[in-house]
Order: sequence, then C-alpha cells, then structure tokens
Amino acid sequence: MAFETQRLIHTFAALADLGQEIAEKSDFEEMVRSSFHMLLGSLAIRRGALAEYEAGEETLRFIANRGFGDEFPAQLTLKREEVERLLGSFAREAAASERRANLPLDQKELLDRQGVELSIPLIVRGDLIGLVLLGGKASGDPFTDEDRELLDSMARHIGVGIKTHRLLEALEQKAEENRQLYDGLRQIYKDTVRAFATAIDIKDKYTQGHSERVGRYSGLIAGELGWSEDQVEGIMIAGYLHDIGKLIVERDIINAPYRINAKESKELNQHPAAGYEILEPIHHPYADLPLMARHHHERLDGNGYPDGLKGDQISLGARIVTLADSFDAMTTDRPYQKRRTLDEVIIDLRMNAGKQFDPQVICALCRALLKEIQGESKERRFRKLLGKGYIDDERIVPLLVELISDLDPQSTPLAAGRM
Amino acid sequence: MAETSGDDVHSRCVGQTAVIYASDYLNKLSGERIERECQRQLDSGFRSLVINFRDTELVNSIGVSILMGVIDAAEKTGAQLFFSNVNEHTVELFQMLGLTRHVGLASNEQEALGLITGLSATGIKTPS
Repeated sequence: MAFETQRLIHTFAALADLGQEIAEKSDFEEMVRSSFHMLLGSLAIRRGALAEYEAGEETLRFIANRGFGDEFPAQLTLKREEVERLLGSFAREAAASERRANLPLDQKELLDRQGVELSIPLIVRGDLIGLVLLGGKASGDPFTDEDRELLDSMARHIGVGIKTHRLLEALEQKAEENRQLYDGLRQIYKDTVRAFATAIDIKDKYTQGHSERVGRYSGLIAGELGWSEDQVEGIMIAGYLHDIGKLIVERDIINAPYRINAKESKELNQHPAAGYEILEPIHHPYADLPLMARHHHERLDGNGYPDGLKGDQISLGARIVTLADSFDAMTTDRPYQKRRTLDEVIIDLRMNAGKQFDPQVICALCRALLKEIQGESKERRFRKLLGKGYIDDERIVPLLVELISDLDPQSTPLAAGRM
Repeated sequence: MAETSGDDVHSRCVGQTAVIYASDYLNKLSGERIERECQRQLDSGFRSLVINFRDTELVNSIGVSILMGVIDAAEKTGAQLFFSNVNEHTVELFQMLGLTRHVGLASNEQEALGLITGLSATGIKTPS
C-alpha cells in the first residue's frame, strides 16, 4: 500500500476514533488520556502535554503529559490580555503560522529545552479552553501544514470534550445545590407538619403523641404493602395531619373524661371534614393528603362518616390511616378506657376485618409486627411505639400467624410466620 | 525461562531479554498496561525487550502512542527494543510514521532474540 494512502487511512481512523471517544466516554480522565494518545499516535509524536486554561487564575494547568521529563512545569501563566490578543488573531483568521508563532507563555526557555516544537490552543466558541504542546515526530521530519491542519482539527475535538465536561460539571454542581435546597425545604415541610401534629395533640391531654404515632404506623403499613419511599413519606404526613380538623373542636369535648353525648359527638365528628377544608387549599407535595384526613373515619361497610363511603370508594391511603388511627386508639390509654392487651386488639381487628377495616391493610400491619418480633426487621419500631413489655411474643405470634393466614390465604405459612 | 503476568500482560524472560506479548490490548486505553509492563521489566534490570505482535492484527493511533512511550522508556535506559511478528500492513505503518528509526523489526521472536544475542544475522531489519 502506498505510504500516502496508508497515512490517510491512519489519520482518518484517528479522527473517527477521537470523535467517538469524546462523544461516548463519560469518564473525563479516561477521555483525556485516550484522546491525547490518539492525537500523539496520529503522527507518532514523541512527546506531548495537554493543559486546561483556568481563566480566573490566568493559568494553564497540565492534565496530561507523555514523554516530557520531570522538569516539565505543572502549570504556566497566561494573562487574560494575552489570551484576548490570541483569540483576536484567531477571529481575524490570521495565517496559521502567525497564530501559532509566539504564544505568550512564561518559562519559554524551559519549554524549548524540553523539546516543545508546536503549540496548539484549544479554542471553542471563542473561548480558550486549553493548550496542547507537542515535541517532534518519531520520523524526525518537521511538521507539515497538513500535519498542523490534522492536529488543529483533533485539538478542536478535545477542546469540545473538555468544554462539555466543564458544562456538565457546572450542571451537576447546580443540580446538587438544587437537590440540597429541595432536601432542606422538604425537611422544613416535614418539621412543620410534625410541629402541627404536636399542636393538634397538645389540645388533647389524653392522646399526646397520637398523631405522630398514627403517622408512624401508617408508614409501617404502607412500607409492608410495598409502597415507594416517597409514598411512605406521604402517608406518614397524612397520619401526622389526619386529626388537624380537631383544631376547630372545643377543647372540653376533646378532653371530656366521660363518654361524650350525641351533641358533643356530632361536633367531634366534624373534624375529618374540617381537616379536609384546612388541608385542601394547601399545595402538598403528596397526592390525596386532604382526602386521607377526610376519610379516616369511613368504614368499608359504609357506616362511617362524614361521607358514608363504601369499599373501594375509600382510597387505600385513607384505609391505612383509618387502621393506624384505631390501632393507636386501642393500644393507648383513653380518659374513659384503659388500653387493651395486644391479644384483644388482634381479636378486634379480626372481628372488624371487611367491616371497619380493609383485610389487606390488617394483614400488612400484622406482617410488619410479626417481622419485627421474628427479627426480620432490625428496627424495633413497634416496640418503641407500644412501649416496653406490651408485646408478649409467645402469645402474639400464633394469633398474628392465624389472622394473616385467615385474611390472606395466599400467604405461605413460612412467609406468614416463622418462630 | 521464566514466565510472568504482571498487570495481566503476558511476558517471559529469555536470558537477559524480556519478551512482552502485545495481544489485542494495544489499541485501547488498556494498552497502557503493556507500557507499564515494559517499564517494569526495564526497572528490574532488563536491557533488551522484544514486543511480540503475533496476536495483534491492527495498530491504531492509541497503539502507536503507547509504543512511542515504550520507545521513549527504552531509549532513556539505553535498552535495545525489537518488535517481532508484525504483519505487513503494520510494518508499513511503522515505517511511514518513523517508528522503525527507533526499533528493530524481526519476522519472529526467535529472530529477534537471535539478533539481540548476536547468534543470527539473517532476515533482520535494523533501525533505519
């Protein structure tokens, strides 16, 4: 094959490889190393170095160096005015020789000693991105105009690669800042909601911490049902705020140390609808939050309030909050009633499955509790919420296993309960 | 005759010469491991290297650059460097780019080793 054809094939292949490398490589360091190899290998250039220009510091910082010795500087100074002059000569489309002849670099003598024969600025859209310094070719022949055109073209590619990397870095930094801002706002939102929950519960001296616990139980159930992290967070918020409507109910009714009468009961029963009215105008980051507050006293059999909804008319979220609310009511002391034992609570859940509560939601609650007792979930969340000594493992496990297998015959005995 | 596999590059030592097998690594960034292996052999005292291209069909610009690094390292230590089993197309490329000014070419490994030990004087292309 004639040398000329061989040379063309080799240089075209180098250009094609370089384009692909810059378009495909996501790792900047690898992209720089590969591209620089390609540039040097296209003409078998013995030594070379590639610098990035840091405009703020007026510095060319070397990011690749092949063949130049230890004496080679790590960076060079290039003043902004000199950069502008250089860019001006490019804008004027001055002769290539004029553009390259005298780059105003410091340590020129050192560079000469190192055998730098050619310097090529990397200019992309009128900005100086960096500089390539090259030693001689392995053949010992001087660089021809054709060689320089090829190197200019490859250097432009590398410049675009570096610029793209810088843009991506800036974008990632912005995205990270936004993410931190978003996380901060989200935390403020959660803290505010929990402050509201505390405010709601303070009104009721007998049920302090109720809203917080309902939020946590709701989260445990939703997690067991396979909801995403975001959805679990949403339903926890719904739990924290489910009783927000109680803010408009007379404190005396809420704190009555006796079973309230029908009139008082009617006022108290307005709190789900009132909660909806309070929450509805607010733009929450989670869907259906106001409806979960409105429907947390609905029942599957249609005997609930305020809307008397039945079955699937009640969202799954509301059904979860309903169970969490009742579970906490049954497992905490009330003014007119001591808390029940966990066995009694489980019997109550069984009796009301399909009437007041959704069986699949009961199953999820029982499974989550069972997993904690059996050590499958490391966090002792139920024990923290229910208090020390409340869960009698040996008595409860068979009841949970039986209830799960009755309500969800699909679940295998092993999955349902392992002692 | 000791065989080693530093940095996953197959190489062996024949007397005072290290033979490194270029395999198909050369044309990717992973080819830098060949350069590292050559440097390792030079650092451990070998002053003659043979790079065997028997499994290398084509050398691209990355490969040329890596070989330039090997040439540079060999020259800095005064080591002899030979390429063997290079196919015709690649020989032309090396000649066109001037690599053959710095390395010797041998048609096979034995020939390269022979040249180095001075036992054979036939069929050897010396650096121009």
